[in-house]
Amino acid sequence: MTLPLFFFYLFSIIAVASAFMVISARNPVHAVLFLILVFVNAAGLFMLAGAEFLALILIVVYVGAVAVLFLFVVMMLDVDFAQLRQGLLQYAPIGVVVGLVLLLELLLVAGSFVVSPDVASTAALPIDGAIDNTRALGQVLYTRYVFLFQGAAAVLLVAMIGAIVLTLRHKPNVKRQDPNVQVGRKVSETLEVVKVKSGQGL
Amino acid sequence: MDFVLSALDYLLGIPFLGWGMQIGFVYKALALLVGLLIFTAFILLADRKIWAAVQIRRGPNVVGPFGLLQSFADLLKFALKEAIIPAGADKLLFLFAPLLTATLALAGWAVIPVNDGWAMGNLNIGILYVLGISSLGVYGVIIGGWASNSKYPFLGSLRSAAQMVSYEVSIGLVIITVLLCVGSLNLNDIVLAQRDMGLAHMIGLPQLTFLNWFWLPLFPMFVVFYISALAETNRPPFDLAEGESELVAGFMTEYSSTPYLLFMLGEYISILLMCAMTTILFLGGWTSPIDLPPFTWVPGLIWFFLKVSAVFFMFAMAKAIVPRYRYDQLMRIGWKLFLPLSLVCVVVVAFILQLTGWGWHGGIA
Repeated sequence: MTLPLFFFYLFSIIAVASAFMVISARNPVHAVLFLILVFVNAAGLFMLAGAEFLALILIVVYVGAVAVLFLFVVMMLDVDFAQLRQGLLQYAPIGVVVGLVLLLELLLVAGSFVVSPDVASTAALPIDGAIDNTRALGQVLYTRYVFLFQGAAAVLLVAMIGAIVLTLRHKPNVKRQDPNVQVGRKVSETLEVVKVKSGQGL
Repeated sequence: MDFVLSALDYLLGIPFLGWGMQIGFVYKALALLVGLLIFTAFILLADRKIWAAVQIRRGPNVVGPFGLLQSFADLLKFALKEAIIPAGADKLLFLFAPLLTATLALAGWAVIPVNDGWAMGNLNIGILYVLGISSLGVYGVIIGGWASNSKYPFLGSLRSAAQMVSYEVSIGLVIITVLLCVGSLNLNDIVLAQRDMGLAHMIGLPQLTFLNWFWLPLFPMFVVFYISALAETNRPPFDLAEGESELVAGFMTEYSSTPYLLFMLGEYISILLMCAMTTILFLGGWTSPIDLPPFTWVPGLIWFFLKVSAVFFMFAMAKAIVPRYRYDQLMRIGWKLFLPLSLVCVVVVAFILQLTGWGWHGGIA
């Protein structure tokens, strides 16, 4: 039991420390990099909890794609962090309240298992230890709740199309290339071989 | 105390000398790393030799017989030069980026089965691990480009970030297609599935293992994966991140000496990782192409690295033959061609498997 415990504390300490660095780093790019470190450590914690599929999905989706775009934007925009920081103390109380509410809720959820162990048996889908993580998630998402899952996917698709419709601008007078036309071009349409007599020109 | 002893046994055990229960993890890792680095050295040379041969040049031929030791001479050259850090650079991140690239590329090899069950970690979700590691690879490029605090590296890193994220999508969908046929995320299982079922078994000639491999039934996916792997590893014709004709050397412009060596090493090792993934997903991993005596005498390890070399030969030929793509063409292929194609393939393959009941079903029959 010692080794997992050691890694639990290692991942947690790094995660909390780098979460603190996210809000205290002077350079916005450093802040985003610390945020990525938090994600990676959270993936490590997932791994320790036996949720290896979730851990790697966290790495692939959040660290590998979402955070990259985030970093992209922060690098491209010239964010003035000193200006952003001005309101920090002003908004601190709201942040503290949100954090406290979250902590309270987590304590309620985790505490209920400790106070009365039979709460665990009321779970809609108890965890089956015999099958692996990927299969279990697949059975829940793609078999049992397949329609809800498809519904969520449809909502996301609509949101994506909406974002594209709102931001897509077709500029007139811009030369666009159509590879099909380019490939389908024939020699006879584009080239003409002319015999030029010497000394005469065209 | 028990904990420390068991940990030491796991890491450093030597069963032959009467101490420990298993061969220590450290020795296995060392064997893999040394073997891999030597293989990479010769692959680097092969890349240059093939490129030279296509252009009717001789290529490196001075150091050692036929220039075989060229890569080692280069290694010494890079390691002994002075590392220059630009004045305006973010020093820590500047040095961290090449380290990250090289480490991640090597880490990806931890789950690759080079023979039946011969992997450092035989993970149940090995393929997701490789996908995760290769998606992290983009950070080396972005951080390196940004930390250099210079125009060309920054432009190169921005290009590369968009490119790698785009092609990851189609690589993911291709992998899903293969996983549908296998029913397991374990890389070892993917190879076993290609040995135990497929076309050769259907036509009653199970000895012709090469007909079993997924390159045949999933041929379009094989092509998509090959091209996406080129783009994912910034290989020519998609090497827009370095594009020397417009960006000097892209994100590597400001790097010299050992940091540059690490970038180069990381790049080639992740190229080999992609070759290994192609081998495992489509070319039957360590299995011999024909299941008859002269072929089965060759150990699986040799078959595996022969196949990896063959895939790398295709990579090297693409570099020598195909002119570099323009950036918008690259994005067009990724999003408008490969993404819909692989998405349709996932649906069609799932449909066929559901109708016919084919597939390996994770080996549960």
